Amino acid sequence: MGLAGLAATVVLAAACSRACAVDAAVLTAEQSRVEAVARGVAAAVSIFAGDSGGGSGVLLTPDGYAATNFHVVQPAGPWLTCGLADGRLYDAVLVGVDPTGDLALIKLLGRDDFPHAVLADSDTVEPGDFCFAVGNPFLLATDLVPTVTAGIVSGVQRYQFPAGTILEYTAALQVDLAINPGNSGGGLFDAEARLIGVNGRASFEKRGRVNVGAAYAISANQVRNFLGCLRSGRVCDHATLNATVATAIDGRVVVSEILEASDAWRRGLRHDDEIVSLAGRPVRTVNGFKNLLGTLPAGWQVPLAYRRDGVEQEMLVRLGGVHPAATLAALAAGGDAAEAAETGPGSPPPDGIRRLVDPRPGYANHHFAVVERDRVAAALAAFRDHRPPGPWVLAGTLDGGGEFRIELTDAAASIDLPTGTSTIDAGDEFDRLPVPPGSGGLLPALVLWRRLVIEGPAAVGRTSYWGTSPRDPATFRLGGAADLVDVLETYTAGVEARFSVDEVGRVVGIDLWTDADADPCEVRLTWPSGPARAPQAIAVSRRGQPFATFLLAPARTEGLP
Amino acid sequence: MTARLPLACMMAAALTAVRAAVPEPGATPRQVAAAAARRVVKLYGAGGIRGLEAYQSGIVVSADGHILTVFSTVLDADLVTCVFDDGRRAEARVVGVDPRRELALLSVDAEHLTAFEFVARDRVRVGTRVLAASNLFGVAVGDERVSVQRGVIAAVVPLEARRASAEAPYGGAVYLLDCTTSNPGSAGGALVDARGELLGMLGKESRSMANGVWLNYAIPADELVAGYGAILSGAPPPALASDRHRFDVRAVGVVLVPDLLDGTPPFVDAVVADSPAAAADVRPDDLVIVAGGRPVASRLAVEEAVGAVAAGDAIRLTLVRDGAIVEADLGPRPADTESP
Repeated sequence: MGLAGLAATVVLAAACSRACAVDAAVLTAEQSRVEAVARGVAAAVSIFAGDSGGGSGVLLTPDGYAATNFHVVQPAGPWLTCGLADGRLYDAVLVGVDPTGDLALIKLLGRDDFPHAVLADSDTVEPGDFCFAVGNPFLLATDLVPTVTAGIVSGVQRYQFPAGTILEYTAALQVDLAINPGNSGGGLFDAEARLIGVNGRASFEKRGRVNVGAAYAISANQVRNFLGCLRSGRVCDHATLNATVATAIDGRVVVSEILEASDAWRRGLRHDDEIVSLAGRPVRTVNGFKNLLGTLPAGWQVPLAYRRDGVEQEMLVRLGGVHPAATLAALAAGGDAAEAAETGPGSPPPDGIRRLVDPRPGYANHHFAVVERDRVAAALAAFRDHRPPGPWVLAGTLDGGGEFRIELTDAAASIDLPTGTSTIDAGDEFDRLPVPPGSGGLLPALVLWRRLVIEGPAAVGRTSYWGTSPRDPATFRLGGAADLVDVLETYTAGVEARFSVDEVGRVVGIDLWTDADADPCEVRLTWPSGPARAPQAIAVSRRGQPFATFLLAPARTEGLP
Repeated sequence: MTARLPLACMMAAALTAVRAAVPEPGATPRQVAAAAARRVVKLYGAGGIRGLEAYQSGIVVSADGHILTVFSTVLDADLVTCVFDDGRRAEARVVGVDPRRELALLSVDAEHLTAFEFVARDRVRVGTRVLAASNLFGVAVGDERVSVQRGVIAAVVPLEARRASAEAPYGGAVYLLDCTTSNPGSAGGALVDARGELLGMLGKESRSMANGVWLNYAIPADELVAGYGAILSGAPPPALASDRHRFDVRAVGVVLVPDLLDGTPPFVDAVVADSPAAAADVRPDDLVIVAGGRPVASRLAVEEAVGAVAAGDAIRLTLVRDGAIVEADLGPRPADTESP
């Protein structure tokens, strides 16, 4: 930095001797840089975890949610002490973790007006771009003022193999600025102080654990994809196709192995099929495929295009999880979850924090599954007009011709189709029944929808917040504009259902499994713009095959709140 | 706040400097980085055991398939694979080596490659902002672009380096860099200026003879061109350019007596009017005894000593006049008008 500074000073001096004044553009650039760094510094979190070390973080929301690395919080336990550049210490609790992607979410307590960073679209970042990092290298921020280092983006879409652990960096940003131990989890910012990544890894090989000019950040777009899952308090998992790909002699990326139990196999993907694109992004190399897949959480449904015999086809594939739940749980807990919850960084959590800490199997902190579930429930309630609950009648025409009528009450549900009538008794274990035949369980899905809307999450079973998922999987595109909605997950009487809820509290999707090993009934609800309380269309499919699309006639639709 | 301000100030000034040096109005750091990376290849050969990576970098110096790289154990393989920026692969053949500069010239069967303009440009000054493009740590594979790092030239000095316990054979001038390029895979990468012009090639991982610190350096373009020419001609490698770099002091107004015999003493024959020498009061019949800090006893020695002064640094002469010692400062050494 001394030499760089010297050089810059020489440049300044030369400019002055020529013009006897600093160019206005230089002063503007300087001012803009000063302001950007100030914003980055304000959002930076210095994490101290006692004997367990510490690291960095970056605030994402005014109510205190901050991103950091899994490897920073893992040894720290479920609560931590954090400092901001304002010189104050804040208590924080662990929210969710992603051990594979090395991400974690924590929540700082005590304010609802935290300075915070805004996630950029990291796909627009290119090598040569200016960037700066704010963090706590070597835990130097004992006065809570973080360290700023600056440089350029050296590479994008870097794939870093798992290094001795399950930790895998995909589609990472590579930077040449100084990233040292303690910078982990801190923000990487662009020239406008937008958050482009979370610093987490560096090439430390021959020179000891110090910066060597090659460090890697988790991209902001990957953070965005996992944010919902992290807010759920879960131990998040990454996506797998349950198939491996390889480069063919002619350079195509082809399926080399595929599990017959996988969703992709059931949708028709086979050995030797060429992968053309995933979630709207072209696939040209094996690393490119891993980079796309690695930024996706387990459980999402995304479009996959493949080519066989020269014919390109597209499927919606539901991605599996990479790791067994037990592996993730062991990692997240660093051994024993219960023990970690009890001890924390050397002492039990203070009383004010204890109620915010609830590690459970599969969860880093189940407390937040409840918090987020209640947030979505409030959105659902806000959309309702609270008329007295009565029967719901949905009627209209089928997309392919013919009439339908669906009636949903507390006690029963029925559907009239040109092919016949199906009825279930909502009082019993109705939801096990995959009726009408071929739908995989449309009627139970609709009954649960009505119950969720009228009575709230508690009425549909054991319900928690699952995270986010594509609003419309069929048209989902990876990137900074990835269109995501909240998802509630519920278990009742052996049935699992996931409800996608949009930002105004409308249910836009229902996936319902009447049998954990079978394909779910997939219901996609389309809503008219404006305050209408009934959807305009309901598309139902199973195993990638459409069952029916119901076009609702508003005049014949009754009872929806 | 007070601590942050100067840093931001320097960065802002430096950024503007990069922009100002770009000739085309639209050329951004992104474009310069991309253009440099496009002309750098990934090379794969022998190695793979601990401490000896099987990969390095190379620069494309001709459109018809000449790749210049460092001479290393990676090339000690039956098959050296060259991977271009667009992912194309080619088998590379070693055409020849310049052991003194530790350069190797490879050839691949290819045409219309995107190559650097490969010329022996003047050494650039300390403080020049640079980008280094290389396959450091082998992180880029296939069509993935090599890494770019930014820095400045911290010094232009003779290399005094060792690898393990052996002294590095090259002892000529290098650009010392303030960015960490002493990494596996970086050697053979390109050093470019803010316009993307090739200034040098990143050297092998080496440590200082003096104190053992890792050196980040590049071999200047004029040495690369000299080594390239020697390999192509099949002649024994020429002396290092820095050894024989001569500067004609007439450019600063000093006319020395004709070099009639080897070892003719460097007496001043005449001084050009209105020249730096005239301004410094150099006079006919002065005897030059020290030039650029080196004792000199011949006209050749004067030209080499002044040639070793970096362009822009002051040319200082020590003269004997009427039995007395006289110092003369001729001001900054102009850049060379032609390649050495």
